[in-house]
Amino acid sequence: MTTETTMKKSEATRRVRRALLFVLSLLLVAGVWEIYKTVGPEAGGKIFGWKLLPRSNNHAMPHVWDMLTRYSRPELRGSDRKIWSVVLAGAWFSFRLALVGFAIGATLGLGLSILMARFKIAERGILPYLVVSQTVPLIALAPLVVSWGGKLHIAGWTWPRWMSAAVLGAFLAFFPVAVGALKGLTSAPSASLELMDSYAASWWQTLRKLRFPAAIPFIVPSLKLAASASVIGVVVAEISTGLKGGIGRLIIEYAREATSDPAKVFTAVFGAAVLGLAMSGFVTLADMYMMRNRPKEASA
Amino acid sequence: MSAVEITNISKAFNLGSSNQVDALTDINLSIASGEFVSLIGPSGCGKSTLLRLIANLIEPTSGNLVVNGKSAKQARLDQDYGMAFQQSGLFEWRTVAKNIELPLELKGWDKAKRQERALEMLELVKLSDFANHYPWQLSGGMQQRVAIARALAVHPSLLLMDEPFGALDEMTREHMQSELLSICRASGTTVVFVTHSIPEAVYLSNRVVVMSPRPGRVTEIVDVSIEGERNDATRDNAAFFKGITAVREALRGVEMSDHVRGIEDR
Repeated sequence: MTTETTMKKSEATRRVRRALLFVLSLLLVAGVWEIYKTVGPEAGGKIFGWKLLPRSNNHAMPHVWDMLTRYSRPELRGSDRKIWSVVLAGAWFSFRLALVGFAIGATLGLGLSILMARFKIAERGILPYLVVSQTVPLIALAPLVVSWGGKLHIAGWTWPRWMSAAVLGAFLAFFPVAVGALKGLTSAPSASLELMDSYAASWWQTLRKLRFPAAIPFIVPSLKLAASASVIGVVVAEISTGLKGGIGRLIIEYAREATSDPAKVFTAVFGAAVLGLAMSGFVTLADMYMMRNRPKEASA
Repeated sequence: MSAVEITNISKAFNLGSSNQVDALTDINLSIASGEFVSLIGPSGCGKSTLLRLIANLIEPTSGNLVVNGKSAKQARLDQDYGMAFQQSGLFEWRTVAKNIELPLELKGWDKAKRQERALEMLELVKLSDFANHYPWQLSGGMQQRVAIARALAVHPSLLLMDEPFGALDEMTREHMQSELLSICRASGTTVVFVTHSIPEAVYLSNRVVVMSPRPGRVTEIVDVSIEGERNDATRDNAAFFKGITAVREALRGVEMSDHVRGIEDR
């Protein structure tokens, strides 16, 4: 058992190292940002006649410490709410929406993939529409979803406004899951399928005992894509449906104040980044759980 | 009662189309209960196809097939046989014990009974210490032993094996052959065994069925008469070499009519 303890120990050191590297990379980005601010042209610059270099003045690129200290100052002049709590509340609001969208999207994607794996005809009939669906711009779809949702009244239940944002998150999230899971469900080796045949196993038994477990290594990365897609969907939906309370809305509001308070919008942008990290962290935990007993090469 | 009764079986793939392949024509073979029969022949002679027909994984184009006194399909539905392939085909997400329990789960056995049988099977293949390991933590030979334990888990009267030791090194292979024989002797299981190797076929079998390709048919059935219990000493036995010579000559007849590929003559 000594080898196992050493393995666990090296696993721990690897994690610490990874965390350190992450912090280091953040510092590196901040450093590059500040270096560019000192050497870059104030009013932007041209390379071979192309206007490529961004302006390095404090309006376009506030100092890193200005952005960070902005968190501890109030959101509005005279307000006693610090901006960090506003951003955090916004991120939490959007996180819950993204989670709902992710759950709907993942369920829908899995359901579609099972349907497509079961019936070849369904795959031919559905798959092209799935691809087409992802080319519809979310901004165009958002008002439609809001107006359809607003007309829904089922047995006293009315469609809450936030539901539209969650549904739009799901709209982006279901696609990678449907495609990834379909690939996974059809990945079981033919020898294993023959084995299940030799046991006279039904299609559902084969799905549960063979196809689905065999699909997990394909489903997990697709869930990661779906998690970040649901965040994007929710943030864009908040902006285009005018839903209040989320991080998307904060970004838009703060961007309007960019001339007078340039650091403010960045506090919300970082909030959105943290939201995305939280979402992918959530999926990584699920990933570690689902892949815990798999050969380590396969999980890479 | 014979375990497998094959009468005038033919199998064609892509029947009626321009690329029709006659995999097997007019096969007749009767396998007695408790007998060990090997199918040997060059690639494309249809030996695996014949095994899959017995397993009812594919349907014959014509002819009659009786397994354990019933139709091949009924025998499959009743899980009358166990099957093992060249690739162990273990499920990597299941422990060794859980892999062996798989056919029992599908039969609807309750948990306690399943676990008891899995342990019994692990003892049989001498892997009791590895019940909670995952397949990828085992060597190729151990994985193949688990696959055999899985095939035997329902205590089938018939075992169908498609080159189960083909991917193993020679030493492990000889060891596994001896183990398979002692398992079958203990359980009285009938075995149909597909192989590429002449010594393997002769060492294991009561009868070796020599097949030839295009179209697949049985050219000769060689009786192997080795006195007494077979063990490692058997490999130096004169009767063993006689059997090898007989099978080789039968295959040579095949070679005259067609190019022989994929025969291991060791």
